[in-house]
Amino acid sequence: MSLDLGLPALDRAAPRLMRAEPLLAMRDISKTYGDVRALRHVDAVVYSGEVMGIVGESGSGKSTLLRMMNLEDTPESGDYRLRLPQRDDGNLFDLGRYDRRMLCARHIGIVYQNPHLGLLMRHSSSGNVAERLLIAGERSFDVLRAKAREALDASEFPLSRMDARPIELSGGMQQRVQLAKAIALEPALLLLDEPTTGLDVSVQALVLDTLKRLQRDRKITMVLVSHDLGVIRTMADRVMVMRHGEVVEQGLADQVFQDPQHPYTQQLVHAKL
Amino acid sequence: MSASTPLLRVEGLTKTFRMYHLDSMLHAFEGVSFDLHEGEFLLLRGHNGAGKSTLLRTIWRSYLPVGGHLWYRSQLGDIDLATAADVDIALLRREEIGFVTQFLNARPRVAAQDIVAEPLRLAGAGQAEALDQARHWLDQFGVRPELWRAYPSTFSGGEQQKVNLARALILPQRLLLLDEPTASLDVGARAALVRRLADLKGQGVAIVGVFHHPGDVAQLIDREINLNTRVVSDHSEREDHVAV
Repeated sequence: MSLDLGLPALDRAAPRLMRAEPLLAMRDISKTYGDVRALRHVDAVVYSGEVMGIVGESGSGKSTLLRMMNLEDTPESGDYRLRLPQRDDGNLFDLGRYDRRMLCARHIGIVYQNPHLGLLMRHSSSGNVAERLLIAGERSFDVLRAKAREALDASEFPLSRMDARPIELSGGMQQRVQLAKAIALEPALLLLDEPTTGLDVSVQALVLDTLKRLQRDRKITMVLVSHDLGVIRTMADRVMVMRHGEVVEQGLADQVFQDPQHPYTQQLVHAKL
Repeated sequence: MSASTPLLRVEGLTKTFRMYHLDSMLHAFEGVSFDLHEGEFLLLRGHNGAGKSTLLRTIWRSYLPVGGHLWYRSQLGDIDLATAADVDIALLRREEIGFVTQFLNARPRVAAQDIVAEPLRLAGAGQAEALDQARHWLDQFGVRPELWRAYPSTFSGGEQQKVNLARALILPQRLLLLDEPTASLDVGARAALVRRLADLKGQGVAIVGVFHHPGDVAQLIDREINLNTRVVSDHSEREDHVAV
């Protein structure tokens, strides 16, 4: 299946080698909250297997865009398509609530900055992961337990604590439970909203390393939102820079950081400690 | 010059930096042209600020050229690196084009052997095989075995550079860009690097490099370009100078 993604408009290109396939394509996404224009005509393409970083100051629209990718909200205008095996859902914003929930449960994982948004804090860690599997239709207790264990292990969560409640865990461990929940069904797309913000630097390094391993070993496509340019530079293959709800620049991560083309990106890069 | 089709044809390449905060432009180089064939070693010369490293970074596409072409004969088809899609550049970096800088840029808290093994793992090698190869190259560049499982952020500059070289050269690429790779290396590691480059050159890898001490690789150099004078010198026929 091929999607008409309008790539030339989104990615500087003349002839293309055409081996990399886009997984996600968003076109002309606009969203207003009251008087605030959160997103203005945003286009985005994410290719299979890559890490796309989104940077920008607070209020630039990066988390709003991520929520759109997770179908938590609907824009006033715009088109959103995912290239999934044996599926063609058309514009995902046209799906109803149930279909959105099922599609996200099976194909999209998300890790929030605030674990309270992603986890049931008084259920066990393994139960949180199993909940994702239950939504997708799994009913066997043994299978649920085995798959939860496998996902927690892949997220480098200590299995001796798999029955501990997230509320009893450190911030780094809570993020690993979120990660296990997000990858339990081997999603095509993993969305990461400031996943290491608030963690101390040593825990941050471990979480980033786990993410990199998952990307390498499971070929999971990731979209990573962070205001920490160091995290984006370490993790991302390509970067989108957002400001006032618009994408002002996008490119290879090292190019955006070493040879920024937009005045705002230059300001952002020069301000980095 | 060989009559065969070049692996890389640089045509009128121009790079200018626009600095918004100073409201000014910085011209790095203009109208650079040369051909590079498989198995050829091209040395870039010039004084500080002549644009040697900038030229390498522009070929690598960390810097966006403002004019000219970088025709590259990829295994997937011909492509102009100057205007190619970012995703294609990312693909070529994984599979065909390598870049070695003077500095190791690695994720924190990852062991030296895992950093070196990563390109092989990304290319599909199993964990055990990749680690074996990584240890071999760490050993070749003189990194002591007790450091293989340590984090390179704690290493000296020279040891970090050895890890950097082992990682960058573990997979044979088709085009290799070298930005002062011998800076901060001891004699043994420098010799190991020259041996590895000779080996890669023999396998047909085309190499463009900037060296603080070009004498280190004198026996490998086929041609050189002086970015100050824009003169190409052929090392096999040193009298034959042609303007670019």
